[in-house]
Formats: sequence, C-alpha cells, structure tokens
Amino acid sequence: MTAAAPIETDVAIIGAGPIGLFAVFELGLLDLKCHLVDILDRPGGQCTELYPEKPIYDIPGLPIVTGQELTNRLLEQVKPFDPQFHFGEMATALEKLADGRWKLTTDAGTQLIAPVVVVAAGAGSFVPKRPPVPGIETFENAGDGVGVHYAVRKMETFRGKNVLIAGGGDSALDWTINLAPLAKSLTLVHHRDGFRAAQHSVNQMRELEAAGKVKFHVASVKALHGDAGKLSGVTLAGADKSEWHHETDVFLPFFGLTIKLGPIAEFGINLHENLIPVDTARFESQTPGIFAIGDINTYTGKLKLILSGFHEAALMAQAAFHIARPNEKLRFQYTTSSSNLQKKLGVS
Amino acid sequence: MKIIAIDRQGKEHTLEGRDGWSVMEILRDGGLDIAAECGGACACATCHVYVNDGWFEKLPERSESEIDMLDMALAVEPNSRLSCQIICSDATDGIKVTVAPE
Repeated sequence: MTAAAPIETDVAIIGAGPIGLFAVFELGLLDLKCHLVDILDRPGGQCTELYPEKPIYDIPGLPIVTGQELTNRLLEQVKPFDPQFHFGEMATALEKLADGRWKLTTDAGTQLIAPVVVVAAGAGSFVPKRPPVPGIETFENAGDGVGVHYAVRKMETFRGKNVLIAGGGDSALDWTINLAPLAKSLTLVHHRDGFRAAQHSVNQMRELEAAGKVKFHVASVKALHGDAGKLSGVTLAGADKSEWHHETDVFLPFFGLTIKLGPIAEFGINLHENLIPVDTARFESQTPGIFAIGDINTYTGKLKLILSGFHEAALMAQAAFHIARPNEKLRFQYTTSSSNLQKKLGVS
Repeated sequence: MKIIAIDRQGKEHTLEGRDGWSVMEILRDGGLDIAAECGGACACATCHVYVNDGWFEKLPERSESEIDMLDMALAVEPNSRLSCQIICSDATDGIKVTVAPE
C-alpha cells in the first residue's frame, strides 16, 4: 500500500454514525472542516448496520424515524459543509506532531492531520464475528485462497480449492452460489435446515445442491486441523452430535459483524472499561485536543441515547473551535436569526 | 422471581428477575458480560444464551425474526435463544441460562 500525501483539515472524526455526522454540522457552523473515517462502507454506524429498518421513537421532533432515514436526514443536514468521508477504513494509529496537531492514520494509508480529533466511534469497530473454534486465529493469515477468511476479496483465489462455508445469511448463501462454479468442491454448513437469506438465493443454493455442485449439512465446525497455519480439514458436528472429519483448504465463516473497540485502545487515550471518560463542559478526553462523543464516552449520568450524543456534539464543537482557531473569537449565533449561518447552510 | 445465569467462565449467578423485563436486561444489569449491541431490538444476536434444564420447552416458541437472527449467532444449539426475546414472568421463575461464547 502506498502512503498518500497527508491531508490537513480542522477536525478528524472517527466514526460516521449519527453522532459523527451531527458533529460535522455543529463544527461546520463554526467554519471547521471535517474528515470522517469509518470502517463500514457507508454512513450511519449502528443505525444502518444493525437496524436500518427498525423505527426509532426518541429523536426529538421526529416521532418515528428508521435508522436509515435518520442517517439520510443527517447527511442532508451536513451537506452544505462538504464533509470528506473515508469509508471502509479503520483508524489504526494516532500520534501527536511537534506542532501540537494530531496525525490519524488508517489501515488504508490515509493520514489526516488536524488540531482536533473527535472519537465518535460508538462501541468501536464493526468486525466479522469469529466462531469460537480453538486456534482459529492461527489460520487467519495463511494467504490468498487458503485458511480462514471472513470476506472474499478475489474470487479467483478460490479456484480449484475445497471450500467450506458456514452461516445462513445472505453472505453465506451468495458466496456459496458464486464460488461453487470455481471451487473444486463447495460445502455449506448451517445449524438448521433453513436460512434467513433472500428466498431467491436459497432457491439457487437448493438447485446447486440438487445438481450435486454444493453439499449442504446441518452441522457446525467444532475443530480446525492443519499444520503451521495451513488448514487441511475440520471436524464437523451434526445436529445429533455425531462428528466427522471434512477435508478442506478454506473455511469461510459468515456470521455477520460484531463490535470490538479495536485500535482506539492503543491510542494512549485514558479509558475506563472500554469507554473514554470526558468532562461534561467540553466532552474532551483526558488528552487535550481529543474529544469523545456518543456511546464511546462516559461521565456521571451518561445515557447512551442518540439525543445525548447530539448535545455532546454541540458542546464539543464550541471547545474544539478554541483549539482549532486559537486567535479567533467565537461568535455564538442561532440558525434562525443569523444570516451569516443561513448563508453557510445555503438557505439565504 | 429468580434467574440462574452461568457466565462464560462457568460461574453461576442468581439474579432477581423483574416482571416484564427481558432476561437480557437482567443479565446486563447483573453485570454479566453480554454485548447486547442492538439494545434489545432482536437485530444483532449478541445476547445469545442456552436455556438449560428443560426450561427451553417451557418458554413460548421463538418468533420467526428470532429464528432468523439466530442465523447470525455463533455456536447455535437446539436450546439457543436470544435473551432479549425471553420476557420474565412468574412462569420463568427459576429459569437457568448459560451465556453463549463470543
């Protein structure tokens, strides 16, 4: 990976969920420009990843709104401020520069240099669920087309391989259908003879099974076998607890995503039980210049509510302004009465 | 009403259930290590438990959405439930659950 030129901005925000997005608005009113990093490939965080279709009833002024709708509305609200998104990237390192600013680096090589960092990371990064099979991690970095993978980057790497897929959702079924023509053999295991995946995918899988191109077992993976990170087979257990050996080159578990704090724990920010303690005037961590808003922070009386995160974003922005613009006077204005703010919002 | 919960280290906890609360809420407030990422919306499968000692059969059947969501859980067994979908009542007094592996 080649390191692109560092990007200078006013505020680097980790997390493009609802709170990260609203922070863009509050910072934007104060003329601070933002770059946002998110490990997901789209904005909305938990709102769009966990419950895009579920209604939320406690957003002030919106009696009912789905996670996706709320995200869409926030995107519309921050559009005038032209936030720059870095999706599909995990913030991996944070270091202080000699001039007092911060350098935030992602796993894609993006480098953001800013006087202010805002951690709006919810409960952390969405990462694939890892089946609780002993030693599974030793097979995870075996290279293309061998061992354990949680995503398919290049289908070609699985050509001619014995592939084992586990799971019953859309990813498990889609990859079963797509890899079956390439693989030497393809076996799908799931804990029940039923799938939450789209019906047409289930039908396609059943056709492949009937044609002998896919083997399906109601079973789960109990153990992995191989030497020095090279997978040779697994132990499968059926519903009746009977166990058998199954030879495979590749194991692809697809059980969706879960949330882990991830590299933020290594940033040198003071943490308390995986949360960032902040003061309630500025929502700044114990490291000056690093703020934490939304579910990731903790303080006396904290409630993990979206509306609390919005409030935290507003106060954070006031404090962040003084760090990003030390020689300027903050002018507090209302969007209803300030023609200056209305111009920024593109409404006057 | 009691809930007997076994954590991932195998330690048994006796928790006080509350009528109308979900078992997930009782486990979470009782300090057990259970992610419950979606907060009880049957949308994440991270409050997965095994229901032990014959209690599984005594509970109301799983909904379609819970069965679907369990497809995203790890190490699913025939007695798997999402604890956010088990509601405490007199009928669940003494229920025994084991927190599933992460």
